[in-house]
Amino acid sequence: MLNWAGTWALFLKEVRRFNSVAVQTVFAPIVATLLYLLVFGQVIDSKTDVFSGLAYSQFLIPGLVMMAILQNAFSNSSSSLIQSKMHGNLTFVLLSPISPLEFYIAFTAAAIVRGIAVGLGILIVGAIAFDLTWQAPHWIIIFAVLSAAMMGGLGMLAGIVSDKYDHLAAFQNFIIMPLTFLSGVFYSIQALPEFWQKASHFNPFFYMVDGFRYGFFEKADVSIYLSLSVTLLFVIVVSAINLILLNKGVKIRE
Amino acid sequence: MSAVEFCNVRKHYADLQALKGVSFSVEEGSFFGLLGPNGAGKSTLINAMSGLVVPSSGSIKVMGKDVISDYRETRRSLGLVPQELIADPFFNIRELLKLQSGYFGLKGAKQNAWIDELLERLALTDKADSLTHQLSGGMKRRALIAMSLVHKPQVLVLDEPTAGVDVDLRRTLWEFTRELHKNGHTIILTTHYLEEAEALCDKVAIMQKGQIKALDKTSALLSKHAYRYLKVSVPQSYLQQQAPLPPALQNLLVEDEASALVFKVDKEVALGEILGQLHQAQVPVEDISSRDATLEEVFIDLTADSGEVQQGEGKC
Repeated sequence: MLNWAGTWALFLKEVRRFNSVAVQTVFAPIVATLLYLLVFGQVIDSKTDVFSGLAYSQFLIPGLVMMAILQNAFSNSSSSLIQSKMHGNLTFVLLSPISPLEFYIAFTAAAIVRGIAVGLGILIVGAIAFDLTWQAPHWIIIFAVLSAAMMGGLGMLAGIVSDKYDHLAAFQNFIIMPLTFLSGVFYSIQALPEFWQKASHFNPFFYMVDGFRYGFFEKADVSIYLSLSVTLLFVIVVSAINLILLNKGVKIRE
Repeated sequence: MSAVEFCNVRKHYADLQALKGVSFSVEEGSFFGLLGPNGAGKSTLINAMSGLVVPSSGSIKVMGKDVISDYRETRRSLGLVPQELIADPFFNIRELLKLQSGYFGLKGAKQNAWIDELLERLALTDKADSLTHQLSGGMKRRALIAMSLVHKPQVLVLDEPTAGVDVDLRRTLWEFTRELHKNGHTIILTTHYLEEAEALCDKVAIMQKGQIKALDKTSALLSKHAYRYLKVSVPQSYLQQQAPLPPALQNLLVEDEASALVFKVDKEVALGEILGQLHQAQVPVEDISSRDATLEEVFIDLTADSGEVQQGEGKC
């Protein structure tokens, strides 16, 4: 039986942690992403027609929202875990009757909250400033939550295996950042040469961005069900790896 | 009933054998001292008991429950004050205590009252709204003790709680742990201050190189020690112009105090024999007193001796 009270307490702690530095964890990423929108949206809007009848800025907003969700969900669990390891306060949680599964649920749920909080901020500004449609909102919610869960889990994985901030930065700069930028946030993969179109299909982030964008326009590069399947598969794989490592106590209970 | 039972606990890190088959038990309600030099394996053993380290083999039970398979129960029964001074940059002391309570599913007015009591008892009330990095080392230590007690554990483990704290705080912590013990808590203490262990602990285990070197009641360990210490007071003038002692006495001399000579004498040797040797050496004896070894002296002898390991009551 799950210790829901303990899980809830750990979840609240993680949410309060990023909320206590909200300027850095929520508002700064919103502003940074809106700058992308300002620069790319204004400059390229009149010159590009990504999907027929759709302005570039309209196309760009969902991509930027998803990019912010992915990056911030990852940052939340990874930085919280590595900070707790470095400061030693992870000990408090490890001494409590919280199970590996509960630990995973609490950290991932908090990562989802932060990812969606940042994404929502960008979406609100985007919806006010640009003409945005919401053709299938349920897909928007499903992809936002699943993608944030996947990235929260990936962040936890990075936090577990990293021994110092340097390791985490390498993970973030050499894996997360390139995969995010090459996932179709700024373009449709139809515009890419054939080789890069095929290569994009091996990037799991592409399916998250594409599925999320489908919720706005009901237009996407691949089938929504393929995107959903790939996203779900990655959520399951990342969760399973985390739970195996947490159960064994790898780099946590050594 | 045993509060904690260690059964053939082993832990290795690559080639390093940190624990080499440790077996012993700590009786419920006892004040138990776990002593040993740095690197003896004390913290590894304590961390294995608390779930911070997974043993390579063997089993550990806390209040009759296995720390691996019944970890929820054992962690509710155990409070650990870790050796390292842990900080949390985001929450103040009161918030940390409430969060820690939450992990155990404890909240509400009753729990808040207990947190207030802990803060007051550990003289932390004024610092309750401070962040941990704003506190002195002693205050951080008190906060850690409060954290370990939020869930009212039956067994409290203190890993070198008085390391680096001033004399006043050390006394306060002694009183506090004595009170907890009096209230029925089982206390397990590791310390490098052996006078602390001697004053507080009713039973001690001495660890060395990942094994138990000795385990007994503190009084038994002291009285079983093969030597006693003989303090012979002499005039200061004698010490200033002291002629060499005969080799038989010189070999027994362990300390040369300001106005006394201290000899470490085998308990089998009659006091009269030593007095005779002192008389023959024309040592002007003013006074003479005899005492058993201190825990520190027992500890030094045991840890210097590379002889056979005594597992005490270590069957499981």
